[in-house]
Amino acid sequence: MKLPFLPNHDDSSFFNFLTQHHPALTPTGLNGFVQAQGAGEPVRGAGSMSVPHATTVLAIKYQQGVVIAGDRRATEGFQIAERRIEKVFKIDDYSAMAIAGAAGPCIEMAKLFQVELEHYEKLEGVQLSCEGKANKLGQMVKANLPMVFQGLVVMPLYVGYDVKRTEGRIFKYDLSGGRYEESDYHAIGSGGKDARNTMREHFLKGLAEPEALKLALLALYNAADDDIGTGGPDLVRGIYPTAKIVDGRGITDVSELQIRSIYDGLLATRRSKES
Amino acid sequence: MPLPYYVSPEQMMQDKAEYAKKGIAKGRSIIAIEYVDGILLVAENPSASLYKISEIYDSIAFAGAGKYSEFENLRKAGIRHADLKGFMYSREDVTARSLANGYSQSVGTIFSQEQKPLEVEILVVQVGHNGHANEMYRISFDGSIIDERTFAVIGGKSEVIQALLKEKGLTKPSDLRTTLSLCIASLEQVRSQKLSPESLEVATLDRTREGRRFRRLSTADTTSLLAL
Repeated sequence: MKLPFLPNHDDSSFFNFLTQHHPALTPTGLNGFVQAQGAGEPVRGAGSMSVPHATTVLAIKYQQGVVIAGDRRATEGFQIAERRIEKVFKIDDYSAMAIAGAAGPCIEMAKLFQVELEHYEKLEGVQLSCEGKANKLGQMVKANLPMVFQGLVVMPLYVGYDVKRTEGRIFKYDLSGGRYEESDYHAIGSGGKDARNTMREHFLKGLAEPEALKLALLALYNAADDDIGTGGPDLVRGIYPTAKIVDGRGITDVSELQIRSIYDGLLATRRSKES
Repeated sequence: MPLPYYVSPEQMMQDKAEYAKKGIAKGRSIIAIEYVDGILLVAENPSASLYKISEIYDSIAFAGAGKYSEFENLRKAGIRHADLKGFMYSREDVTARSLANGYSQSVGTIFSQEQKPLEVEILVVQVGHNGHANEMYRISFDGSIIDERTFAVIGGKSEVIQALLKEKGLTKPSDLRTTLSLCIASLEQVRSQKLSPESLEVATLDRTREGRRFRRLSTADTTSLLAL
């Protein structure tokens, strides 16, 4: 049956629906535009086009679930493009995703992924499994590969609470859509290496929630200390990194007040070392 | 060469309408009715997994009576329409009115152009929040669209139930439990038999919820609500 206001389509994926019927709305829709513009010209390398980039996001597993956190800075070359950008997104009741890379396409991918999961749930009457969601995101990263050659990199870090296994899970991706599960913690972005170093030193299996949150914020602080692309807590403007907690009860935002008080304690310790 | 039979357009439409009406009347009824926090949808449905009521978007729900395969297709098309619109513009730009118009166009075109009309009757309801009123649209097999107030009934002996509810002279919405009991009583009266919670499909659009306002009430939820 063909409906006049909608084409015939039998697939539960919103991403596939867009790709088939509204390709201009997909993140790669931009690719056709860029190629048409630059036909015959050599492909421009990364960095020649200046777009805001987002940096350093991380996730840590603890006893009941996962903490996911990110800083707030986006840079454009040596300029700060945005001080309050939000890099950690709620995707559905049991999963969240954090992004690093070109800000525009990153946010678009997060939005598309949110719709994708909700769309599937409404059409099929059940949610996708945690594994299924992670795989779907991998396909979307893979579809973005042509954009990577234009310098528009999108790197997600995905965390979900697996209701069947009753544990939190962390997935990282590579540019070709490869999906890898991390058993304990992971960080990506320009300050990812610095954050990973901190987590490696302090991580323990079966951490409690407050410790895991504290470690996440410490790792972000150290990353901001060593990496110019990562923003630390901005005490003057009152801008702090954001964090979300994903566990058996669903997803909850960590309040700014709580993050602020953790940073206050952390900074006091650092200050006492200097005097 | 034999001449094809001449059938007057009036006759053809009448036959189609009769055919569709017969198909819809065979099914069971679905009621959508306002309660104090939003809209309640109640259907008589012995199946626990083949739904007649479903979520379309944040504050929009869909109910279909008649042939399952046909209204299931309409339901899916509606979800695609809503999700596409919400993705392209913003979540608040998805409205029941535009969706109901789309359905009316589709169902109407099929009724006039296809051999076989759709044997369906559908409801598109939207709960109003921030001081906006609720919206309820009933779309018939021929694409005609009716804007309902307070309550709407589709499928089965819908006219009888409509008359029953009208008699009650509902003026202002009551709480969820009272409204649910009223719906069940009306369904039971028409079927002249008792209906157990297992044979009901119940869902609400609750304006007090954040984001997605659709909630399906399980058999246990319904039982405990009625026992209060």
